[in-house]
Amino acid sequence: MQTELLQDTYFKILDKPINVQDVLDAVRAPECGGLALFLGTVRNHNHGKTVHWLEYEAYETMAIKKMQQIAGEAMQKFPAKKIAMVHRVGKLDIGDIAVAIAVVTPHRREAFEACKFCIDTLKKTAPIWKKEVFEGGEVWLDACQH
Amino acid sequence: MNITVKFFAVGREIVGSDALVLTLPDGATAESLLWYLKETYPQFQTLKSLLIAVNEDYAEPHLPLAETDDVAVIPPVSGG
Repeated sequence: MQTELLQDTYFKILDKPINVQDVLDAVRAPECGGLALFLGTVRNHNHGKTVHWLEYEAYETMAIKKMQQIAGEAMQKFPAKKIAMVHRVGKLDIGDIAVAIAVVTPHRREAFEACKFCIDTLKKTAPIWKKEVFEGGEVWLDACQH
Repeated sequence: MNITVKFFAVGREIVGSDALVLTLPDGATAESLLWYLKETYPQFQTLKSLLIAVNEDYAEPHLPLAETDDVAVIPPVSGG
């Protein structure tokens, strides 16, 4: 799997469990007092259905490019010094970590705001998909008109 | 011209392959590729959205395609 380690940023698509400590280590900065970490995990239900597992897929090179663009935008909007984003692909079970985002800023408030901007934008724009396998069927989430 | 087009997720299931070489008229654009796909594979019309990525960026509709471009079809994303 591809790894990008650019100046002050850290982006990965992984086909194995996300090591949260690695994500935290990637954003250590002595001048920053606030570190916000977001973990997205697999939920056991969706729209009233019992979820068995999820299958994630990514257009890996473009997803990493998007992560770089999102981090660049976040660094312009907020005083973020370092940003790490990691998304897992493959089969994930209930409770597994699907995505981890860590941001450091000088103070705490901007850390939360920048981290929220990163996960919200990643969900909207990164070419990553999840198929939900539930009791009695499977579906690519948010794909079809209803 | 011949364009290699990558497919992912529900798009891959609709066309039955993760990549196809499509013969498009010279001057084809991102938008004309979308029309071609929706006509050839009507299931694409049922998706909430369908975008074309060229060289790993979302393409504007009128962007002309070239044989050397890295072209991909992006169905509605659902990461996170």
